[in-house]
Amino acid sequence: MKIRVGHLYPDYLNIYADRGNIAVLAQRAAARGHELDVRAIGRGSEVPAGIDLFYVGGGQDREQALIAPDLAAKAEPLREAAEADAAFLAVCGGYQLLGRFYRDLDGDELPGVGLLPLHTVAGDRRMIGDVLLDCEWAGETLAGFENHAGRTVLDAGAEPLGRVVDGFGNDGNSGFEGCRYRKVYGTYLHGPLLPRNPWFADRVLSDALAHAGASPELEPLEDALERDAHRVSAERARTRGGRY
Amino acid sequence: MKTQVEASPGTVAAVRPPIPLAVEAAAARAAGALSRLAGRGGGTTLPGKLLWKVDPAAIDRLAARLPQGTVLVSATNGKTTTTAMAAEILRPRLRVATNASGANLVSGVASTLLRSGGAELGLFEADEAALSELATRLRPRALLLCNLFRDQLDRYGELEHVAARWRKAVAGLPDATLVVNGDDPQVGDLARGRPGSLVFGLDDPRHARPELQHAADSKYCLHCGAPYAYAAAYVGHLGDYACPNGHEARPPLDVAAREIDLRGLDGSSFTLATPGGDTRVDLVLPGLYNVYNALAAASLALTLGVAPEEAAAGLRRFSAAFGRFERIPIGDRRLLMLLIKNPAGTNEAVRTIVDGGAPRLAVIALNDAIADGRDVSWIWDVDFEPLAAGLDRLIATGSRASELALRFAYGGLPRERIEVVPSLEAALDRGLELTPPRGELTVLPTYTAMLALRRIVAGRGHVAQYWASAA
Repeated sequence: MKIRVGHLYPDYLNIYADRGNIAVLAQRAAARGHELDVRAIGRGSEVPAGIDLFYVGGGQDREQALIAPDLAAKAEPLREAAEADAAFLAVCGGYQLLGRFYRDLDGDELPGVGLLPLHTVAGDRRMIGDVLLDCEWAGETLAGFENHAGRTVLDAGAEPLGRVVDGFGNDGNSGFEGCRYRKVYGTYLHGPLLPRNPWFADRVLSDALAHAGASPELEPLEDALERDAHRVSAERARTRGGRY
Repeated sequence: MKTQVEASPGTVAAVRPPIPLAVEAAAARAAGALSRLAGRGGGTTLPGKLLWKVDPAAIDRLAARLPQGTVLVSATNGKTTTTAMAAEILRPRLRVATNASGANLVSGVASTLLRSGGAELGLFEADEAALSELATRLRPRALLLCNLFRDQLDRYGELEHVAARWRKAVAGLPDATLVVNGDDPQVGDLARGRPGSLVFGLDDPRHARPELQHAADSKYCLHCGAPYAYAAAYVGHLGDYACPNGHEARPPLDVAAREIDLRGLDGSSFTLATPGGDTRVDLVLPGLYNVYNALAAASLALTLGVAPEEAAAGLRRFSAAFGRFERIPIGDRRLLMLLIKNPAGTNEAVRTIVDGGAPRLAVIALNDAIADGRDVSWIWDVDFEPLAAGLDRLIATGSRASELALRFAYGGLPRERIEVVPSLEAALDRGLELTPPRGELTVLPTYTAMLALRRIVAGRGHVAQYWASAA
């Protein structure tokens, strides 16, 4: 089955090794006989119909400010896709911009897509370090690295991606990280996220397959390196995550 | 050396009666000697740390004693090599105090000043984040600024923040001579409207890359955000750029490297084109990035009154800065060690190695201490693929060995060709075992892995520990 991936602004939002996440999805799809068809969606271009998985990465402040108005202008087709259960994976800056707005230290706001029930306000100290999340909804953990000045506040009743075991998370004190809505996943975790969290890569692939009308079942892979990388990353979070 | 983030000096000094500088200095030097005796490394920064804690302004007074003043060099990549090259050029003329072991925070510069009695000129490499503080304290007569790449975002924050600090440092030094790399849009922009500045860059499109590398950073117009059009992109976002909407373009070059000749791992040469005439420069060091380093060092030397031929002679004498590019004989085999620390620098290391004949075996060491960057995501921004394409075997080592292995596995290297050997010593031995007699083993370590590997081979009697020559 061909899985159609729309990679939003790959030239601008690529600071935290986002292409690593794409490479993982492509290889894990190929190992199960599926094919990833990745197309870039840039400034000024239309959101193509029939995308099974949208990917939005992280950028530096300057790059995010350059693309935010364009992304907000694409809000309607993106929201429609989300309601039709297309999968989304949004990391760091991309995660913030799927919310309603991002307000910087001067009080200026970047518009968001409004797809996720949250908003983000810049703080003065960056929250940097290794993170471990407990994702009870999946019975799994996620290990990654966070580096963000933004404090993300979820709306009442919104589902986080996970509970922070070690690290800062969305805002450093809620005890939660990321957000999950239908098949939309937003998170600050990079590292990149997917190589050392293969269960999550497969979850995103399954969702995309389901949207494409195929069976979401994926046979397990060996993942010995992946498990080891997860173990080391989780250990780092335990010993040095969540500290200024 | 990027090992520590310094705490601010305490307030104690402000209320204590001043201690004579000579007494402070002697006490701090004694601490350095003790540190070396205690086997805690070279003692390169401890005296300066103590001095800075006791009296933060002492470094200003020590610097003020240098009759020829000071010069600061900063960049994301190449600052250690560039500083060492400039020191070599100036050595026949002047007694130069320089932080040769890369101790480039305020404490390292203070330590260098402490043991540099009789020096005439201070030539200091400055950590990108420490540039502003060092500039305020030392009031340098010249600033050499070479490049800004994404690097250790977990430590430096975003590139834009470092650039803002640099702009502030430059604005605070209206009389200093600026020597800048015009090929880097953010860096070249610092000299705009500043008479007396010197702008250098490459002028040889034959060595341009067909397209911007993945990790290219400052590639959007500073005014309108449109992607720059590149007539030639040399290293990362460095090149001959222009805004398609008619905003800024690369400034005219005062000093350029032309007719560049890269000879794989065996060195490089170029024509140093200056207002005072052209001269040919031969380097033992390989790669286009070392052409940039040499060009930067020569440009700085020119502003200090050195003739082009003199600069070329100094560069010819130069071998390598500590740990950046080394060949170390081990019995009947040899190590080729290139430091890797961020995407742009690693891309150039990869390009240089592959140009020298792609190796079939490599040891790559990824550590994640503070000096390496705790965030290892940068390895996914490196274009390792040209190296991976030729590998029969990769030995992944270091504290994040499995992460590195995943980078190559998902980059397309078959997993059966990857060995994960977290212990650096075991990985080195495995690499040597797989290297035929008289062969060369390619080793790419991050900073602390490089230090550890050097200690291992030094312990076996193969290479001098670096601080023996750095004092």
